[in-house]
Parts: sequence; C-alpha cells; structure tokens
Amino acid sequence: MSEVTINVNGRTVTKTVEDRTLLVHFLREELGLTGTHVGCDTSQCGSCVVHVDGKAVKSCTMLAAQASGSSVVTIEGLANGAELHPVQAAFKEHHGLQCGFCTPGMIMAAVDMINRHPEGLDEATVRAELEGNICRCTGYHNIVKAVLAASAAMGKASKGKAKAA
Amino acid sequence: MYSVNYHRAASVADAVKKVKAGDGKFLAGGMTLIPTMKSRLAAPSDVVDITRIASLSGITVSGKTVTIGATTTHAEVATNAKLAKVCPALCSLASHIGDPHVRHKGTIGGSISNNDPAADYPSAMLALGATIVTNKRQIPADKFFKGLFETALKEDEMVTEVTFTAPAKAGYAKFPNPASRYAVTGVFVAKGKDGVRAAVTGAGDNGVFRSKEVEAALAKKFDAASLDGVKVSAKGLMGDIHATPEYRANLVVVMAKRAVAAANG
Repeated sequence: MSEVTINVNGRTVTKTVEDRTLLVHFLREELGLTGTHVGCDTSQCGSCVVHVDGKAVKSCTMLAAQASGSSVVTIEGLANGAELHPVQAAFKEHHGLQCGFCTPGMIMAAVDMINRHPEGLDEATVRAELEGNICRCTGYHNIVKAVLAASAAMGKASKGKAKAA
Repeated sequence: MYSVNYHRAASVADAVKKVKAGDGKFLAGGMTLIPTMKSRLAAPSDVVDITRIASLSGITVSGKTVTIGATTTHAEVATNAKLAKVCPALCSLASHIGDPHVRHKGTIGGSISNNDPAADYPSAMLALGATIVTNKRQIPADKFFKGLFETALKEDEMVTEVTFTAPAKAGYAKFPNPASRYAVTGVFVAKGKDGVRAAVTGAGDNGVFRSKEVEAALAKKFDAASLDGVKVSAKGLMGDIHATPEYRANLVVVMAKRAVAAANG
C-alpha cells in the first residue's frame, strides 16, 4: 500500500491505495469522479484521458502512485460552475457526440490539443491529433467541427479550414 | 495486474539498488510495461519509477553532437527546436509514435531498452550509429540490440542517455499498423561521415537490422532512384497476420525510398 497525494481539479486529496491501483480507478473509485471512463483498458481508445501536470495522458495506463505529487485535471474540472468550458460548449453546439462514452476523453484530448497549437488548428491536424481517441458512433465529423469551433472560440487563429470539416 | 510494490528513485544509484532488492523493473513512461503488467505477461515484484531523476531527462545539442536523456519523452523529442535543426528525422520519427497521449509519457530510454521488434527508435539508433550510455558503460548501437525484446543490458543496468553525431542527412519512413501505429516495416536511413547506414524495424525475425542491399545501393548515390530494382530477401523476415515475409521485403525497399526522399527534402 502507498499513500498517494494528488491535486485533483484544484483539491488536494490523500488516499492510501494498493500500489497497483491505476490512476483511472483512483479517480473513479476512490474519489467518485466517474466522468473519466474505462473503455478498452489497453491504452487504445482514449476514453480515460485526463491531464497530468498539464499534459493529456491515458489514465488507464498509469499507476496512481506515479501521479503522486502531481496535479490532475479531469472532465469534472473543466466547467466553471454552471458555465461550460468552451470545448464542452462546442461539443454541445456541434453535437460532437452520440452515446457520449468517449466524450470525456475526447474533450480532454481536445483541450490539450488546442493548448499545444496556439497557432490554430486545421481539419487535418485535428484528425491526426485524435489518433488516440476512438468514437464508435459519430464518424468523427462533428467532433472535428467542435474542436475547430472551440479552438476559434478560445481566441486562437484558425487556419480557415473550419468550414471544410 | 498482480500486486506490485511501487518505488520512486531519487538517483540512478538508488534506482539500481531498489531494482536489485527484488525482482524489480525500471519504470519510465510505462507505455509498454504497465499494459504488459495489466495483461499479466509481466509480473515484477517491484517497479522503480525513474522519471523524477532530473539528470535523466532532456536534450542537448552541441555542434553536431546530440545527447538525449533516457526519460525524455517522445513529445519532447518531437518538438525540440535544437534537435529539429540538426536531425529533424528523429523529431519526425518521435512525432509518429503511438498517439499524443502516449507520446506525453513514453520515453526513448524505455523504447530502446524494451527493443520491441516493431518499435521506431531502435532503427534510428542503429542507423545513426548511436552510443547507448548506461549506468555502467557505453554500448554502440551495433552491439546493443540483440534480438526480439533483447538487449545487451544486464539486470541491474539501465540506460541513462543516448548520444550520436547528427548526420549530414537522415530520414525515416514507416508503414504503420493502422491500429497500433507500430511499424509493420520502417526504415531509417542516415548519410554520415562513415557512409550510408540503413536500419530496418518491424520486419526482422530477430528484431532491428541493417539492410546491406539498401546500404549498398545508396552508397553509390544517396537518391531514392538508386533503390529502383533493388531486391531484399524475404529470408529472416517476419510473417504474421499483418504481412508476409515477402510483403515486408518489398516494404523495406519502398520505405527506404520514402526515407531517402524525406532525407533529401
């Protein structure tokens, strides 16, 4: 057993857990933050994506103990009270989801992607960057639209290919 | 995953001591080790996290000499501006490993220590004639990669950094598995002061190897057209559900052409 201390969505929590506890299980079962999903459990699908120290990672492929001392942001940490994060708002506006299972990971991946591309995004870049997130419903079109719209809304210059999506 | 004890190492010496204390494994990004443990293909008694050892991370470029710390992530290699100036092929290679989230965690030291026969980095190390530096010694890449998931590393030995001289030209191309992005076949070509080296990953029955046929053709002229009509033997190549040995043999030439074209810009 290890004592794990993580700042999750701005709140520092300490729990004693088995060393083999995965970060995603720490979030879901120890903290009740069930917005982060377990899809494939083999680091393919991306429904478990969270940010650790500002970087998108697959929380099913990381021990909670590895994240001890780090800051984690999950889907629950994005909205400002009742006000949705621009990426959440864009997914709602552009209907970037159907069943919604992949959505938390998609949104966390999109936020990370937009942060890493301050120069703006085009459709090809968004599609390439979504390599690690699988959606079985939408065919990705509306997800790509939502990410491009969010990128523009967040004040980043779009390269003008948003309409092509 | 079976039960395991997690430790965090404060230094290289501390990491080695902790691994030796049990049936331990060094843990860097964990992008291979954690899934392997989850599927119970590996069951170390202990994992020793080396990612908080500051000296193991980072990229330095001094003239043409490049040194990359073992725990430097694929994302860091992909986006390093100094490295992009002297060896953009390595940045490009790193930018196509796995997916963005994997690249935030996976490390160059982990990749070469694991020596997956379809991993990208081993081909770069071999073609660049890199030196693999460990806590004990310096190992030329030619002597480091020993076979499928096998390296010259001893149980209590860990990679601390890799170093190489940036070649005049280098390029990498792979035919990625559409699901995993691992190389079905990938070729890294480098034209340096010691001539042309071409290393193939994903295709060899015994892991990464240098292609004599490709090197001989490119030694005459470092041009994709030099590879026209070049045949690579299917002997010793992998056959699996993804591709036959013959298909991979053909891919070696095709990927080598693309790698040279990329190198020549």
